[in-house]
Amino acid sequence: MDLTIILSTLDATIRLSTPLLLACLAGLYSERAGVFDIGLEGKMLAAAFGAAAVAAVTNSVWLGLLAGIAVSLSTSALQGAAAITLKGNQLIAGVAINMLAAGLTTFLGIQWFAQGGRTPPLTADGRFGNITLPFADEVAGVPVLGQIYSELISGHNLLVYLAFLAVPITWFVLYRTRFGLRLRAVGENPKAVDTAGISVVKLRYQAVLITGLLCGLAGAFFSIAQGSGFGNNMTAGKGFIALAALIFAKWKPVPAMFTCLLFGFLDALQIRLQNTEIFGVTVPVQAIQALPYILTVVLLAGFIGKAVGPKAGGVPYSKER
Amino acid sequence: MSTLRPLPRWADILLLPIINLALAFIVSGIVVFAIGQNPLAALEAIVGGAFGNGYNFGYTLYYSTNFIFTGLAVAVAAHAGLFNIGGNGQAYIAGLGVIVVALAMQALPWWLTFPVAILAGAAVGGFWGFVPGWLQAKRGSHVVITTIMFNFVAAAIMVYMVVNVLKPDGVLAPESAMIAPEGRMPKLGAFIPWFKNTDVNFTLLLALGCLVGVYVLVWHTRFGYAMRALGHNPTASTYAGSSNSRIIMIVMTLSGALAGMVAVNQVVGVQYRLVLDYVADAGFVGIAVALMGRNHPVGILFAALLFGALYQGGNELQYVIPGLSKEMVVVIQALVILFTGAMEGMFRPGLQRLFGLFARAPRPDAPAAVAGKES
Repeated sequence: MDLTIILSTLDATIRLSTPLLLACLAGLYSERAGVFDIGLEGKMLAAAFGAAAVAAVTNSVWLGLLAGIAVSLSTSALQGAAAITLKGNQLIAGVAINMLAAGLTTFLGIQWFAQGGRTPPLTADGRFGNITLPFADEVAGVPVLGQIYSELISGHNLLVYLAFLAVPITWFVLYRTRFGLRLRAVGENPKAVDTAGISVVKLRYQAVLITGLLCGLAGAFFSIAQGSGFGNNMTAGKGFIALAALIFAKWKPVPAMFTCLLFGFLDALQIRLQNTEIFGVTVPVQAIQALPYILTVVLLAGFIGKAVGPKAGGVPYSKER
Repeated sequence: MSTLRPLPRWADILLLPIINLALAFIVSGIVVFAIGQNPLAALEAIVGGAFGNGYNFGYTLYYSTNFIFTGLAVAVAAHAGLFNIGGNGQAYIAGLGVIVVALAMQALPWWLTFPVAILAGAAVGGFWGFVPGWLQAKRGSHVVITTIMFNFVAAAIMVYMVVNVLKPDGVLAPESAMIAPEGRMPKLGAFIPWFKNTDVNFTLLLALGCLVGVYVLVWHTRFGYAMRALGHNPTASTYAGSSNSRIIMIVMTLSGALAGMVAVNQVVGVQYRLVLDYVADAGFVGIAVALMGRNHPVGILFAALLFGALYQGGNELQYVIPGLSKEMVVVIQALVILFTGAMEGMFRPGLQRLFGLFARAPRPDAPAAVAGKES
């Protein structure tokens, strides 16, 4: 394997990790606040549709992005209403959100655009183009380091850089701000937070809305950055891989980035390895596809390390009377 | 009056689901109206498509068969306080057991194949439920996360098995060999001509049997009592002397086995071969069915019929009203899950208050009667 193949695989890794990372960080906020979210997939799918639909109609990538975020935020608000205000079952709320997104996106897509659920293909103005970082072309000739800079680091779209920027921001917010401290506290012991005179409900809503914002970016990545238009079920279970990554990373931002890169790498590998032999054995592509899920189950079962989620996760908070 | 009294039983099992369902229909109706179509015409098309004639009704019953199985799978787990979200994976992977048996015994008459295929489907589907149950019972991993992951693992295994192992040479489509006609389950249309040649088959009777079986198990056996005790209060259940981990493992196995019966319906009843993605999210419909049917077999029967009708009606809808697609049914289903499952708190307190108004009058008498007895 020469450098070019390695670089292009790693390049694909970064591209494939981006939506996972955005969704994973999204889930991190709400789960750290004690709201389990298995509806990441649905929010991304809804956002992908909203972004593509508006970008196709207005021919503006920014309006598309805003629409994607708005759709995802309103989905989050709905989920928050069910899981926080009405104290409903958070898991069932997530299932409902996923199903609602899958149904509505296809239903509205067929009705509005009459292309079997696809949105019209976007023009260059309707999607995020790749950004060439300064001097990328100039150093492309420099062996190894120059190639890494120009091929691997440069030449991605804006949302890719945003996703990786969100990691240190999330770390800072979570561990170095008052809001982050409260957020973590409300997921571990909401009663203590309540006793300190801080509103549990408000904190959880804030967390869920941040989740919505990040899922909006993740969804927009699918339809108006990586792709050029929405296709049926285009998130294809990535929301659940992000959920797996969140557990695998033990609900921490920096490990979340590495886990998403690992899962993205597995994805890139499985695309590259289609029908090729390694050491004379054909590795089934499906085995690599299933690996993130199997790894997560194994980790969750405590066979390699132990993943313990926020203590108050999944339990609606009610003050005692 | 700070505490609200619980609702009367009939309101809990009948009125509340009906209000929630009506709300789901109204919201979907608003969506249909908003995109410029006539919601009433859509409803008419769905109802006609589901019940219009024997042909339509046959397909409704075929869908209902699957939904009874997945609804029961969710309900059985729910009684023990577990949320089995892995019905899809369990129903999918069970197809492996069913097809192996069906192909091995295809020269024999179907009534010999049928019981063995059921056992094989139950065994494989049950195993796919047992492992998450075991992981929860012994290793403390959350059954919801594990079953979600297992859905994807099952999908990967099935693609590999069908494409690389079961697909006969010379066949292009990813599917197994066909089962010989002797080994196929008869369709109900062969006995009741009204159903014509629709997909509803003898597996429907198995589904009805499972409904009765689950009823007996949950309410009339020791084990059923133990699992309900676990569902209500795990600590109390331990003190009562049951082994919670044993119950969790058995319940998850049963749940997976029930979901696995979808494979029997699909493989030996309808497709006569193993194809990819035949479950088509029936596992998730099961969640709606169990919620709507209040985890009771009678409720599940009606809820499965309702969703069977919606699915069949939705298929017809797109031919009657161009532009409206069958995904509208998925929207209705999602709203039912949202309203009955996650937003229950929206109506229950209001309804309780409403009933409280009418129940007020006899209330002061009750303590008086007790006091009278003492004097």
